[in-house]
Amino acid sequence: MDTKEMIKINQLNKSFGDLHVLKGIDMTVYESDVVCLIGASGSGKSTLLRCLNFLEKKDNGDIIIKGKEVDPSTDNLNKIREKVGMVFQHFNLFPHKTVLENIIEAPIMVKGVAKEEAISKAKQLLSKVGLEDKLDVYPNKLSGGQKQRVAIARALAMEPEIMLFDEPTSALDPELVGEVLTTMKELADEGMTMVIVTHEMDFAKEVADWIVYMHDGKIVERGNPEQFFSNPKEERTQEFLKTTILK
Amino acid sequence: MERKEVATLPSFSHFIQTLIETKSVFLKAMLLTIELTVVSILIGIVIGLFFALLKISKIKVLEFISDAYVYLVRGTPLIVQIFILYFGISGIFLLPDFWAASLALALHNGAYISEILRGSIQAVDKGQMEAGRSLGMTKVLTLRRIILPQAFRRALPPLGNQFIIGLKDSSLAAFISMNELFNVATTLGSNNFDEMTYLLIVAIYYLVLVALLTFVVNRFESKLAVSDR
Repeated sequence: MDTKEMIKINQLNKSFGDLHVLKGIDMTVYESDVVCLIGASGSGKSTLLRCLNFLEKKDNGDIIIKGKEVDPSTDNLNKIREKVGMVFQHFNLFPHKTVLENIIEAPIMVKGVAKEEAISKAKQLLSKVGLEDKLDVYPNKLSGGQKQRVAIARALAMEPEIMLFDEPTSALDPELVGEVLTTMKELADEGMTMVIVTHEMDFAKEVADWIVYMHDGKIVERGNPEQFFSNPKEERTQEFLKTTILK
Repeated sequence: MERKEVATLPSFSHFIQTLIETKSVFLKAMLLTIELTVVSILIGIVIGLFFALLKISKIKVLEFISDAYVYLVRGTPLIVQIFILYFGISGIFLLPDFWAASLALALHNGAYISEILRGSIQAVDKGQMEAGRSLGMTKVLTLRRIILPQAFRRALPPLGNQFIIGLKDSSLAAFISMNELFNVATTLGSNNFDEMTYLLIVAIYYLVLVALLTFVVNRFESKLAVSDR
């Protein structure tokens, strides 16, 4: 095996009260992999993603990040989260801070990066996502697509090795989806390890290395995009693809 | 029982004349009212923030302490609290009048401020905490840098309201012989057998103070609202 295992999970279980959301998930994500998690709402894909940076606490099972098993009760989760960036469906930008301040906050406060250095890095990231002119603008002056690109830049400012995307385009107007997906595709092309919960099948088909289809808290099928979309093995997957493609 | 004499309104010229003549004594009293108000509000904010954080700590014991404090303060009249601190605590250790009054007012304001802050902290979208945590920020750091600034902004209108109430409540310090505005007005009024004139004068002073306080709070609000523009 020449590629590094970035994330490995064994028999992950998670319940919310009586609701068993994740039922023994096994998954491995290798370096530079782009994994798209797809499935109907309530299938557990967002919960799985949130378990990967410990925003949700697992009930049992192992989560191994870069070869090291993480024990949330003893390990410093903040250190791990520095390496695992996250982009949310609803952006979650800090509304009382400008675009620039949003991006430099964590590098300065968490990593102790010097302010000038953080700013120049932020400018670099903003031009990468095509928003270098929005430096001093407050988030509420941005479109949804712009907000999400700032959120991506903010996560990248911590120089993560893994990026998690939780339905990054689901809250966007249709005409704004493209700009965010373009940014994500560029990131994938640069070799970022990415786990993406998405409903954008065309994007998944084009960018993903692996598609993971979840249903009812379990992984039903996984495969590379060609095989997965053109020749799904499981009946459930065929059903799902039929309904989503009809949409 | 003797029938209360009906006070008549003073003539306008008499009112103006008395207003001018008494200005130095009232200004001095106003200073004390301002001191009582500012000190009790500032301490009240610290107390309020402390108990609001206890309340959102999700630790049962701390929540209970916060609940108990709010209940005790809201469940008893301010004048009772002032007297307890003045007569009760002063008997145990010497508490200067000013601090007995300030502390009673601060403890009182603190309970209401804690409820205001708790509400506004909880009103901040929980995605903000998640965003902070996902960037590797600790809970405390996220609270301090991300949640509280937003919460304070939301809290400002109700806080301003509470500050005004606090300002007017400081008049109750008159009952522990603080020579603040209300005390001076009633003393001068009865000494001169001219209560109504002095009550009207003191009302003017309070109105001016409330106008000033409102102005300051509004300025602060528009300054903080910069990210809404």
